[in-house]
Amino acid sequence: MTYVVKPKFHHPELPKNQIGFTHRDYEGAVSTLCAGCGHDSISAAIIEACFELSIAPHRVAKLSGIGCSSKTPTYFLGNSHGFNSVHGRMPSVLTGANLANRDLIYLGVSGDGDSASIGFGQFAHALRRGVNMVYIVENNGVYGLTKGQFSATADPGSKSKRGVVNTDNAIDLVGIALQLGASFVARSFSGDKAQLTPLIEAAIEHRGAAFIDVISPCVAFNNHAGSTKSFDYVREHNEAVNRLDFITGRAPIKIDYAPGSVELVEQHDGSTLALRKLDAEYDVHDHLAALSFLHMHAAKGQIVTGLLYVAPEAEDLHDRLNTVATPLNALGETELCPGAAALDKINAGLR
Amino acid sequence: MKLTDISVPDYFHKVVDCQWACPAHTPVPEYIRLIAAGRYSDAYMINWESNVFPGILGRTCDRPCEPACRRGRVEKEPVAICRLKRVAADFKDDIRARLPKPAEKKNGKRIALVGCGPASLTVARDLAPMGYECVIFDQDALAGGMMRTQIPKFRLPESVLEEECRYILDLGIAFVGERRIDSMKALLAEDFDAIFVGCGAPRGRNLDIPGRKEAAKNIHIGIDWLASVSFGHVNAIGKRVVVLGGGNTAMDCCRSSRRLGGEDVKVVVRSGFEEMKASPWEKEDAMHEDIPIFNYLVPKEFTHDNGRLTGVVFAKVKAVRDADGRRDLKPTGEPDQHFPCDDVLIAVGQENAFPWIERDCGIAFDNRGMPTVDPRTMASTHPKVFFGGDAAFGPKNIIWAVAHGHEAAISIDRLCRGEDVTVRPPPQVAVTSQKMGLHEWSYDNEIALDRRYRVPHREKVAALRDLRAEVELGYDLELALKEAERCLNCDVQTVFTGRLCIECDACVDICPMDCITFTGNGEEAELRTRLTAPAKNPSQDLYIGNSLKTGRIMVKDEDVCLHCGLCAERCPTGAWDMQKYLIDMTRAEEACRLRA
Repeated sequence: MTYVVKPKFHHPELPKNQIGFTHRDYEGAVSTLCAGCGHDSISAAIIEACFELSIAPHRVAKLSGIGCSSKTPTYFLGNSHGFNSVHGRMPSVLTGANLANRDLIYLGVSGDGDSASIGFGQFAHALRRGVNMVYIVENNGVYGLTKGQFSATADPGSKSKRGVVNTDNAIDLVGIALQLGASFVARSFSGDKAQLTPLIEAAIEHRGAAFIDVISPCVAFNNHAGSTKSFDYVREHNEAVNRLDFITGRAPIKIDYAPGSVELVEQHDGSTLALRKLDAEYDVHDHLAALSFLHMHAAKGQIVTGLLYVAPEAEDLHDRLNTVATPLNALGETELCPGAAALDKINAGLR
Repeated sequence: MKLTDISVPDYFHKVVDCQWACPAHTPVPEYIRLIAAGRYSDAYMINWESNVFPGILGRTCDRPCEPACRRGRVEKEPVAICRLKRVAADFKDDIRARLPKPAEKKNGKRIALVGCGPASLTVARDLAPMGYECVIFDQDALAGGMMRTQIPKFRLPESVLEEECRYILDLGIAFVGERRIDSMKALLAEDFDAIFVGCGAPRGRNLDIPGRKEAAKNIHIGIDWLASVSFGHVNAIGKRVVVLGGGNTAMDCCRSSRRLGGEDVKVVVRSGFEEMKASPWEKEDAMHEDIPIFNYLVPKEFTHDNGRLTGVVFAKVKAVRDADGRRDLKPTGEPDQHFPCDDVLIAVGQENAFPWIERDCGIAFDNRGMPTVDPRTMASTHPKVFFGGDAAFGPKNIIWAVAHGHEAAISIDRLCRGEDVTVRPPPQVAVTSQKMGLHEWSYDNEIALDRRYRVPHREKVAALRDLRAEVELGYDLELALKEAERCLNCDVQTVFTGRLCIECDACVDICPMDCITFTGNGEEAELRTRLTAPAKNPSQDLYIGNSLKTGRIMVKDEDVCLHCGLCAERCPTGAWDMQKYLIDMTRAEEACRLRA
């Protein structure tokens, strides 16, 4: 908890984005999380991503459930829409909001408890439906608010702060997301914003269900020897398959890496991803290979990070439901109630 | 880049921009905090020990600290450091009991000091309590030197000057007034163990152009005229006055004229308004008193009629850069301009003059007539003779004279003890954690967003009516507190311990000024290009921390750090700590001697 208000002063030469904001304009209230919490770094990465994409804050809706992670939307994008839902119910609230107004950018922020335990079903269905959103899980493997019990993503064999060994199997949210058809799947680490920020940017530009699992060490309860989600462990076992340089459609592409090491991935919204391949064999479009790659490395205790899968052709819930382009909440009475003649026509079609 | 060695006293000293810029290295943030805490006497004593004349300097200092103030880089204007010093002087209690006592036992060494200005007074103050018998000679009857003769009373009331000279003279110092020293040889022949020359730069430069002799009655040398005004020998001037020159003396001349009957007073300078030597606030004060400043006018001739001055003719010039980029004043070709006037004050600079120092007495002079003086020790080429203040390196200002005085006192003390004068005892440095609790610091780390507060002035008509009515009224306590809150506490340092750091980025994320970066090492110039925020001020250091597990380094750009302590508040491991850095400069006193 910090009591001092973060001073309004900022660096005199802070860059401004296309709509005239500095990154400080994307901040929220000062964090009340423990000092050093990985979640705060994720908030900073979200701030940076929205700044770099020149997103107007009022075009963003941030939704969360319950938990340390779910408190974080207060700490970024102070001028955006926000909804703090019941524990684990963020995905259905987000789905509803997205159906009503397809024009906003939806940022679902959740944790391992909120998404892998109480909200596991909600998590699954939102991905399965292909809701156009960025779903970020701030994954620390413990229940921080209740003093550090193992969560469902804790690896078997990892030790609690008091020395208890976890005997249950872990839910791998990335694996689940791949199986359920998320069209953009990534994993990153709160201690590596250079990797995380472009992933968030790419996920925001992606149309479809984008899921990012962010390992976020809990400094209070899960940052000790024996933990598999500590700063040290993640740094030692981080197996990054690629580094992403996010390039928007408009910006010129400047790449100065060795030829062959960079793969340009066109997203269907027109933006381009420049992937610096760290693992030459890894194919971001191969869904099945991704799954077995993840399993293989997990067995070796390695944490695979980077952009793990992006669907060559993605569609979202609105495509599938064939809704109108105008957000439903913007339709007038004449469109919503077309009259008796229209009803007769529909009824006739059903006879 | 190499790991920053924070044990070198200069590293953190440079971060305290104001203190580093002050020739006497006054611990500015420390006394500003005391003012905020209502401890005016304590704030005064810190100043008194360091700069000797807090009440005088709080009104007249050239303030090298203020352009250096970090606040000026963070927002528009620096903290009003100078006028806060005055607050300490204005609101202190009787501090006489806290001053050093005259030495109970003299040490048998006798020091002669020539001129009773700020430099000599500083030397005497430092040496007298140690047992030295100090004898100060001055041509005037009263102590103070140029502080008395050249600074008008409406800027520096006599009572303040009296009080602070008295504090020093009461240390058992002999003041011999109305005694002009005419011969260095004779002085050397007397029984003194050391001689300090602090006689200032007493000669005002003349302007020898046609008409100077003929109209001499109404053409005055600025500093001489100011001295005459100060002693009451002059109490009137013509209605139309032209002041030639753009320094602080010119400002004092024009403003004094306005109080002695001058109604149409003008300042005319050769070069541009921006290049004038006068401090911006002095120019502002003059213009506020309806004194226009004309620039790019070179005086050509004094016009006169029957031995009576009628005006000054000026040639119009413009600034032109020559091939080497040097600026030159070239005639514009426009017709000359004539300013009719009754009196002219010439304030175009001051010169040193040492007609009383025989050139064969062992003191070397350069070809410009200045003595050869070691800027570290203030020693001349004569082992017993030291210089300080304007007498040493030409006209500067009071705070430089004080700084010279402190150094000369150390030298004289070492000389008299038979020690090597070139060896200087180190300063004393204390670095102390300010952490009191989980989120409690022993300093107010909340950053006030207030803009600089203006010092209240006396109403213009009343101010112009009385030569002795002080124009600036000083901050009241409410304003003083608000202005004090603007200080960023730059002496409370961000201290980084790499081996405790877990590289969680909390400090990077919270820093309001984006000062902190964790990155791979590199050469400074290259490193500066890839920090979180632009680091384009090479005069401000990069603080480098290492011993990080990832092999990266921590880089903190000191430039615009607010010293708010949020990095330390958000650090889970205590790798960042806020520690107060206090440097006590070496002075000639017993405590400093023990450190040698």
